[in-house]
Amino acid sequence: MKDTHTIEITVNGRVHEIEVESRRTLADVLRHDLAYTGTHLGCEHGICGACTVMLDGLPARSCLLFGVQADGCEVETVEGLESDGQLNPLQEAFSAHHGLQCGFCTPGFLMLATAFLREVSNPTDEEIREAMSSNLCRCTGYQGIIDAVRAAAGRNGAAAVEEMAAPEGSRSGVGSVSPLRDAGGHGQ
Amino acid sequence: MSNVGRRIGRLEDRRLLRGLGHFVDDVERPGQLWMRVLRSPLAHARILDVRADAARSLSGVEAVLTGEDLAHVRPIPVRTRSEHRLDDFLQPVLATGRVRYVGEPVAVALAEDAYLAEDAAELIEVEYEELPVTLDARGAIESDAPQLREEVGNKAATLSMGFGDVEEAFQNAAHVVEVEVKIGRHSAVPLETRGLVAEYDRGSDHLTIWGSTKVPHFNRRVLSQMLDMPLSRISMKKSDAGGGFGVRGEFYPEDFLVPYLARKTGRPVKWTEDRQENLVATNHSREQRHRLQAAFDEGHRLLGLRAEVRQDNGAYIRTHGVIVPDLTLAMMPGPYRIPAYEGTAHVALTNKTPCGTYRAPGRYESTFSREHLLDVAAAELGVDRIDLRRINLLSSSEMPHERGLSTLSTDVVLDAGDYEGLLDKALASSGFEDWQKEARELRARGRLVGTGIGYFLEKSGLGPYEEATVEVDPTGSVRVLTGGASLGQGIETVMAQIAADQLCVPPEAIEVVHTDTDLLPDGVGSWASRSTVVGGSAMMLAAKATAEKALRVAADMLEASVGDLRLESSRVAVVGSPDRSLSLGEIAAACDPQSSARRGEAPGLSARRTFSVDHMTYPYGVHLAQVEVDPGTGG
Repeated sequence: MKDTHTIEITVNGRVHEIEVESRRTLADVLRHDLAYTGTHLGCEHGICGACTVMLDGLPARSCLLFGVQADGCEVETVEGLESDGQLNPLQEAFSAHHGLQCGFCTPGFLMLATAFLREVSNPTDEEIREAMSSNLCRCTGYQGIIDAVRAAAGRNGAAAVEEMAAPEGSRSGVGSVSPLRDAGGHGQ
Repeated sequence: MSNVGRRIGRLEDRRLLRGLGHFVDDVERPGQLWMRVLRSPLAHARILDVRADAARSLSGVEAVLTGEDLAHVRPIPVRTRSEHRLDDFLQPVLATGRVRYVGEPVAVALAEDAYLAEDAAELIEVEYEELPVTLDARGAIESDAPQLREEVGNKAATLSMGFGDVEEAFQNAAHVVEVEVKIGRHSAVPLETRGLVAEYDRGSDHLTIWGSTKVPHFNRRVLSQMLDMPLSRISMKKSDAGGGFGVRGEFYPEDFLVPYLARKTGRPVKWTEDRQENLVATNHSREQRHRLQAAFDEGHRLLGLRAEVRQDNGAYIRTHGVIVPDLTLAMMPGPYRIPAYEGTAHVALTNKTPCGTYRAPGRYESTFSREHLLDVAAAELGVDRIDLRRINLLSSSEMPHERGLSTLSTDVVLDAGDYEGLLDKALASSGFEDWQKEARELRARGRLVGTGIGYFLEKSGLGPYEEATVEVDPTGSVRVLTGGASLGQGIETVMAQIAADQLCVPPEAIEVVHTDTDLLPDGVGSWASRSTVVGGSAMMLAAKATAEKALRVAADMLEASVGDLRLESSRVAVVGSPDRSLSLGEIAAACDPQSSARRGEAPGLSARRTFSVDHMTYPYGVHLAQVEVDPGTGG
């Protein structure tokens, strides 16, 4: 006999009332019951962060939550970022700075960065690295992700608007700076 | 402006950034069942009994299959051509009688949802008798080692290759340097685990499969043989892939089990690997021990090289056969001038996850040990490690250089290169001398800082061929089909760039289809750094042929000669008379079967082309590093 509960969950502003098994993860509810398949599962034990969504405004691993825990909550997923088919500045920045390749981790990074930039509008590189180190990416080597978040922060805030005008990795190049000096505190 | 070589927005980005990609676990089919694999918790054991009654009687469980149920199924064949007889070492789809590694599939359960399928798998009782294990490639082939297969032993193959007189080289050597190197066991761990969905249409006896990648056409052929179904009744469909890195897309036991169960039950079957499974079930790679000997003359020039490789291949030979040790031996000489070489590799089977390829198979391993050998040699000979490399690098005047050995069914001929020039550039642009100076100063102050150099030779563009089709429909829309597959590498963008340049259409307007065996029935796939080089060349040929056909048909329609026509901005126009022009769509509409027959052309504004090549190319590079070790953490 299945142990089920009826829950009400709001996803990207749309209210859903569904019956779910108590053991069913929020990720599975979103993906398989409500068809928000943009949220991905990479590890199912809270390490990789691909399943990151926003729960009542805070980033959360949807693989570590049961669907029933989201009863009465507002969930934001990657599908809610665009408006009328237009990418938002963060999504645009990920594309411009090669912040994605296979795209599997991308929804998790976008939701993580969205939450981060709401909290810290004009972050330092150190703060961006610290926040983005919560999630795993296997393709990009992270630098593009860091660049994208910095550019999006610049676009939202006032300080670094010029950076958006130079999207082609102007920070790259070995130059004569030794790797020791170039590595930040949280090099991945 | 040419699209090739220009930074353009990736075609994949818009859907992936909006959560609109189609990964295999996103595929949901009506009436779908979920498969769960029960895996061996032991590295080596006899299976005494499998009891599945409790699992079968669980409500919502459709079927449970054990190894006995599938004992008639042939094991999974090797994909890469090999002169070695490997039949005795291939993996069955489910274990019978014995398990040989932790993670080996023992039984499968099919249920209404993923949670129930996992419940059912947990209810399957397997009685094991534990056996002693073999965990080391060197020990595995000694006589007292526990045997994975009593009849045939633990050694799957011995490979040897070389050139020149190695005996003489070592007899004449002024110095001999020897190293032993161990390369650890690695695996790829793409962020998306493996998965497969299969749907069987009983009415038309047709299987449709989502989730196959890398080599979908090959996998269809294997499935056709294993299921005894005609190729045309199996369709592979495209999906996005969350990283490949060599391990995704090979034919694994689940690539048989999912379609087999869909056909057996008549219901769609889905399987999504979890991460715990992924770490023990998906190919591992790399684990090798190398013993290298180098002979140098008085001037520190290499006279000869000996390599003895022991490959720990895990419990079975999988689809890659013995390609990793083969490539290790073939690429061991790297970018250096070596008059005599002798390489031997012993492939041993152990009670671990079976091995396949992982990024730069054979090059990673051989580069690591060869470059280490050169560092040790420089220290022993009292010569600068960069100078030692410099005097032994092949010079550009020696290109093309025939190695006198072959791998992947191609002769190793280093086609072109300026190895020393690249070394100079790398040293200069990095300021490597400053790095070394800084490291010395920091070491003097007690910090553990060092610098390193590695020179690698790669290989790319493996044939034997690739397929491409370009089609323009009467609305002017361009669709291109490639025999390559997506591993998440951006293949759609590169194929669109190549086709766009020939057809003078914007790349973002091109629909790129891969991994669709109905639309393009042949292809070699995406592996061995081949898709852009070989698949891209096929795409260029197909797009060029389509553009030429557009000009021929337009010439007929406009009553002009082909030489007076120009294709520009999706239109063919008469040079000097811009009002006399046709869109690609209008030309495609005029390529209906009847009009085409009248012109003596095949119907449709389209072309299918093959690009064939019988050799590889050999890119190369230098890596320089400055590294500090934290004595507190070892990090």
